[in-house]
Amino acid sequence: MRITRRSFLAGLGAGLVISVRPLRAQPAAPVAAGFSPHVLVHIAADGTTTVVCHRSEMGQGVRSTIPILIADELGADPARVAVQQAQGDKKYGDQNTDGSSSIRKQFDQLRRAGATARTLLVAAAAKRWKVKPETCVAKNHQVVHPPTKRALGFGELVTAASKLPVPKPESIVLRPASELKRIAEPNLALLDGPEIVTGTATFGADIKLPDMLIAVIARPPVVGGKVARYDAKRALAIPGVKKIIEMPQAKPPWMFQPWGGIAVVADTTWAALRGRAALDITWDHGSNGTYNSPAMRDEMLASVRAPGTKLRDVGNIDEAFGKAAKTVEAEYLVPHLLHLPMEPLVAIARVANGKAEVWAPTQHPQAARKEVARILDTTEDNVAINVTLLGGGFGRKSKSDFIGEAAYLAKQVGVPIRVQWTREDDIRHDYYNAVSAQRLRAALDPTGKVTAWHHRTAFTPIASTFDPTADTPSLNELQQGVTDLVLAAPNVRAEACKATARTRIGWYRSVYNIFHAFAVGSFIDEIAHARGKDPRDTWLDVIGPAKQFSLADLGIAKLSNYGEPLDKHPVDAGRLRNVIERVTAAARWSDRKGRALGLAAHRSFVSYTAVVISVVPDAKRTMRIDEAWIAMDAGTVVNQERVHAQLEGSVVMGISNALYGGATMTRGATDQTNFRDAKIARIGDVPRRIHTQIVPSQAPPSGVGEPGVPPVAPAVANAIFALTGKRLREIPLARSL
Amino acid sequence: MKLRVNGVDRDVDVDPDMPLLWVLRDILGLTGTKYGCGEALCGSCTVHLDDQAVRACVTPVRRADGKAVTTIEGLSKDGSHPVQKAWLALRVPQCGYCQAGQIMSAAALLAKRPKPSDDEIDASMAGNLCRCGTYTRIRAAIRKAAGLPEEP
Repeated sequence: MRITRRSFLAGLGAGLVISVRPLRAQPAAPVAAGFSPHVLVHIAADGTTTVVCHRSEMGQGVRSTIPILIADELGADPARVAVQQAQGDKKYGDQNTDGSSSIRKQFDQLRRAGATARTLLVAAAAKRWKVKPETCVAKNHQVVHPPTKRALGFGELVTAASKLPVPKPESIVLRPASELKRIAEPNLALLDGPEIVTGTATFGADIKLPDMLIAVIARPPVVGGKVARYDAKRALAIPGVKKIIEMPQAKPPWMFQPWGGIAVVADTTWAALRGRAALDITWDHGSNGTYNSPAMRDEMLASVRAPGTKLRDVGNIDEAFGKAAKTVEAEYLVPHLLHLPMEPLVAIARVANGKAEVWAPTQHPQAARKEVARILDTTEDNVAINVTLLGGGFGRKSKSDFIGEAAYLAKQVGVPIRVQWTREDDIRHDYYNAVSAQRLRAALDPTGKVTAWHHRTAFTPIASTFDPTADTPSLNELQQGVTDLVLAAPNVRAEACKATARTRIGWYRSVYNIFHAFAVGSFIDEIAHARGKDPRDTWLDVIGPAKQFSLADLGIAKLSNYGEPLDKHPVDAGRLRNVIERVTAAARWSDRKGRALGLAAHRSFVSYTAVVISVVPDAKRTMRIDEAWIAMDAGTVVNQERVHAQLEGSVVMGISNALYGGATMTRGATDQTNFRDAKIARIGDVPRRIHTQIVPSQAPPSGVGEPGVPPVAPAVANAIFALTGKRLREIPLARSL
Repeated sequence: MKLRVNGVDRDVDVDPDMPLLWVLRDILGLTGTKYGCGEALCGSCTVHLDDQAVRACVTPVRRADGKAVTTIEGLSKDGSHPVQKAWLALRVPQCGYCQAGQIMSAAALLAKRPKPSDDEIDASMAGNLCRCGTYTRIRAAIRKAAGLPEEP
C-alpha cells in the first residue's frame, strides 16, 4: 500500500488528502472504523472521507471526476476527500470503463452514493438537535442548522449516523442541480498530476513483488496459429533466463483468451527479450494464414456493390432515384485501426495457496477476474484484481488476454510473474478495429435537395471474436452512425453487407463510428460540391429542421441507443444543428483567406460533436493542419476541464486515424511492427491551436471520451479537398498526399 | 560499471549491452522512466546522459559508464523544476505515461534554448509521442516554463 500526500483539487482551495491505493501486498485497504453507508463512501471519525473510484483511470480523468461528483452531492470539502481505487468486484456495479459511460450511465447512482451518506448525517444531526431534517443542510463537511446557526462536523456525526438504517436508494433525494457547484468548476486539478510529473505514479509495469520474474511471450503471428517447433536450449543458454513455458493453445472463439505461444521467464526484462529472440520458432499458421489485406479490400468492395440485409428503410428509394435530377455516389474504405496505447500491455500475477492476486492496467477488472478464475480453474472469490493507472487504454485494455497470461505463468512457475508485452507484440496481437467498406448514394432534385439516401456498409463485426459465424453487422452494430443517422431525406435505406473476419476484432475508441462518420461526413461534403452549395448549408439541409426522430422516422424497429432510453436521449436534429452552427461561428466559416476549411459533425454515444479543420499550404509537404475547432453537446458536464482535454485529445487521435491509421495483413500476419510503420500523429502533425467548446446544457449527461473522435477524420478529408481539389476516400489519407 | 544516477553513485553488474532503460527500471528500481517502443521511436524513456537527452531504450548501459544519468525522479527534489510546474499548472497529462519522457525532452531543450520558438519546440519534441494527444498543452507548457506567453 502506498500513502501519499498531496493537495487535491487545488482550484477549490488547497488541502491535504491521503490517497490510498491497494497497490502492494494487501489485497485491499484495511477497513477503518467509521461510517460506510455506501460501497463507494466511507467517513472516518476524524471526518476524513474516502471515496472509492471503481472505474479505471486511463487519461480521461475519472479519478478526479467521480470523487468530486460524490463529494459535491455529499457536501464534503474536497480537501478532506481521499480516493481509493477499487479492486474488481461486482459489489461496485459496472466497472467496465468503456463506451464513454462512467458519467453517462452512472451520474445518478454516483450522486446517490453521496446523497445516501448525506441523508444519514443530516438525520443524525437533526435527531440530536430535535429539529426537522429538512431544516438542515450539509455543506463544507458539516451539517448546519441555519435558523439556530448550529453546526456539527461530519466526523462528529459518524457514530450516530452509523446507527441509523440506511435508506432505500429510491427514497434518496438528490440535490437540485443548482446546488452542485463544484462539478461545474472550470479548473479542477488532476488527482494524479503531481505524481505523474515527478515519475512516481504507479502504472502497470511499476509494480515489483518479492521474487518476481519477468516473462515475454512469442505468440503465433497469425490468429489460430501454433508452434511447430522451437529451440528451448538456445534460449535457456542466455544468462538470466530461468524457464521456457509452452502457453495453452487458444481455441475459437477467441474471446479474451491468451494467445498461445512460448513464454521465456527471466530475472530481467532484457534477459527475457534476448531469450525470446533465441527461440527460433517455426510456426504452423493455420487457416487464417491466407488473410491478405488487398484481397480483403476487393472482397469488401464487391460486398457493398451488391444488396445486403436491409436494416433501415423509409419511403421508396428506388422511385426517388428514378426521378432524381442528379445522383451522387461514392465508396469509402477504412482499414483495421490499432489502439497503440503508449503503455504496452503488462500484467503482474501472484498465485499461492489457492489464491491469485493480480495488478494490471485494466479497463475491465471484473472481466479480468472471471478470466483469471477460468484459467486457474478456481472461483472468482479466490482472485483479486488490483487496478493500476493505465497508460492509455482506448478499448484494448478491456480485453484480459494479457492478464490471463500472467496468471497462467505465475501458477506454472510458482513465483510472481510480470508479463511484459513489447510494442511489436502490441501491434501484432491487437484486437483490431473492424475493417470497413461503404458505398453511399444520394438522389438530388433540381434544387439540390437530397430526396433519397442509400447507405451500404460492410465491416468485420466484433461479434466474430465471440462467435466465429458472425460475418455481417447486426442491427445493434449499425446504430453507430447508420440507423441513428439524422437525415431529412424522405427516402432512406441502409443495408448491412457481409465481411468475414480473419483476425481478432475488438472495439477501439469510437468503434464503428470512426468509419461511418468518415464516409457520411465526406459524402455530405461531396453532395455540397455536386450541388454547388456551401458545405455548412448542405450539412444543415441534409440534417433538416430541428426535430426529434422516432423509430418510425428513422425507419427501424429498434435502436439500442448506447443502452439509453430514447425519451431520455433522443435522436435530436436540433442539437446536431446547434453544434454545427457553434463550431462554424467559432471558426469564422465564411473567412477562407489563406486557409481551407473542412467541416463534419456526428452523433455518437448520445452526444453531438462538430469539428472544423483548417489546412494551409506548406513548403515542405502538401499541407499542414494549422487550426481546429471542436464543439460538443454532452448534456450536463462534470469536470469541464477534463472534458476540454478529451476534446483536444479527440482531435489529435482523429488526425492520427485520418492521416496514418491502419494495420494491414499479409498471409495472416500484421505488416506493421513499431511506430515507424504504425504511425500516429507527432507534435508537428497537429494544429498549433485547438479551440474546444462545450455546449452549456441541463440535459442528462452523455458520452465524452469517444464522441469527439469520429467527425475529425472527415473534417480533415474535407479540408484537404477544399485546399487541393483531391477527394480522398480511403484511410490512411497520408498515403495519397 | 559505475553510474552517477540522480546524483548518487551506483555500481551495476549487468550485461554491458543491457539498455539503460532496463537497468534503471529492473535493477535500480527507478520506474519513472517508461518503456514504450524499445527502438527510440516514441521518447517515453527519455533521460539525460551528461545533460544530453537520450533514449534509454537504445542506450547500452556501457555508454553510461562513468557518466551522470538524470531521470524524471532526479529532475528536481520536489517537482519544482519550471517544466514540472508548468505541466501541472496547464494540466498537461492525460494518462501520464509518456509525460516523464516529454518533460525530460522539454527540460533538455530549455537548458539549451531558454526561449525556443514554436518551430524549435516542434523540432525538439518530434521524437516524443503522446497517444492521448496532449501536444498543444505540451507546447504551451514549454512556453510557460520559458516565461513566454502560452499562446503563440
